Amino acid sequence: MVQCIGLRVIKEQEVNMMPDKKVIIYSTPTCPYCHQVKSYLTEKGVPFEDKNVADDIEARNEMMQKSSGLSVPVIDIDGTIVVGFNRPKIDELLSL
Amino acid sequence: MWLRKGGCAVYDLMIIGAGPAGMTAAIYASRKRMNLVVVSENVGGQTLWTDCVENYPGFTCIKGSDLVSKFEEHIKSFGIKMEYGRVERLSVLEQGFRAEIEGGKTIDAKTCVIASGKSPRTLGVPGEKEFLARGVAYCATCDAPLFAGLNVAVVGGGNSGVGAAIQLMQICPKVYLIESEAVLKADEILQDKMRAGGNVEVLTYTMPVEIIGDTFVTGFKVRNTKTQEERILDVQGVFVEIGLEPNSAFAADILNLNDKKEIPVNCRAETGIPGLFAAGDVTDVPAKQIIVAAGNGANAAIGAYDYLLRHK
Repeated sequence: MVQCIGLRVIKEQEVNMMPDKKVIIYSTPTCPYCHQVKSYLTEKGVPFEDKNVADDIEARNEMMQKSSGLSVPVIDIDGTIVVGFNRPKIDELLSL
Repeated sequence: MWLRKGGCAVYDLMIIGAGPAGMTAAIYASRKRMNLVVVSENVGGQTLWTDCVENYPGFTCIKGSDLVSKFEEHIKSFGIKMEYGRVERLSVLEQGFRAEIEGGKTIDAKTCVIASGKSPRTLGVPGEKEFLARGVAYCATCDAPLFAGLNVAVVGGGNSGVGAAIQLMQICPKVYLIESEAVLKADEILQDKMRAGGNVEVLTYTMPVEIIGDTFVTGFKVRNTKTQEERILDVQGVFVEIGLEPNSAFAADILNLNDKKEIPVNCRAETGIPGLFAAGDVTDVPAKQIIVAAGNGANAAIGAYDYLLRHK
């Protein structure tokens, strides 16, 4: 019992000490996959910055440069680019 | 759970696809306490692309993505195991089925429900694969806003093609609509709306030849089938709206698909292979509707449960 409590405390401390990875999502308001990825990260408690590339031309150019693509969603996880709502890849990169 | 030699898990049921058919099958199978897994590339299928669903009981108008969220919430309440990935091949084992998933993983189950739905049909011209997501797009709802200020072409003169053109004409200086036949098949009301925009040029008797570009699309070569004349359209985007085709290729080795590549099923959702069922738009069911797919999914899960009871 004592051991279990001890382990739990250590785990929480470790989690708290982990630096947050910077996550940027490039999305459009009409794209359902964009909504899904944002809901997923919210549900998992991962903070992210959302850039609406439908309105923000600068963000669109930034996304095109990073992903060499014209398709949303694009997820930038600490500099690693994921195109589309690829759950296994996102889970791997964020250790979810 | 059964274990094969070597310790591989064997599920009671594997459901391929997580659209309305697959998710309903998962709900029914969970309530029967079947040990199941759902394998899918995404959650929601075509329903996600629907702006307003007006014919699902209980909702006068609900966004497709909101309906999918409700389905997803429901299956999450059962703690159903999900595997995200594309099934590349389904094979029949001595007892059950094996799915090979992109990336090398395999899943074995005693019964299987194929509910893999449909995907956009491709053009099959040079440049299409190379420029996928670099100017070639299949989802106007998702990607149209990215093309603001650019010239684009839409292939397909049906309701979805003309719908995409209407969406694009509001943000693009010039839109070409490519149609292989003499006239557009879209509803007149949509065609009128498109014509009112004034910046959509309709090219009938026209076939796509090649998508041209460097990093991104820079042009689209098309041919007039009457004059055989070819021209290159100065566009940075090509939207493909020529209908859908069933996601059945992974099962083509074991099933006799019909001429539309659909999986023929009977009223019990049986495919002809014992223990293998199919539901929704991937099948030859005449009505391709969310509610019908959901009903088919329920039918298939009940069929799989009954099959396991009989073969215990």
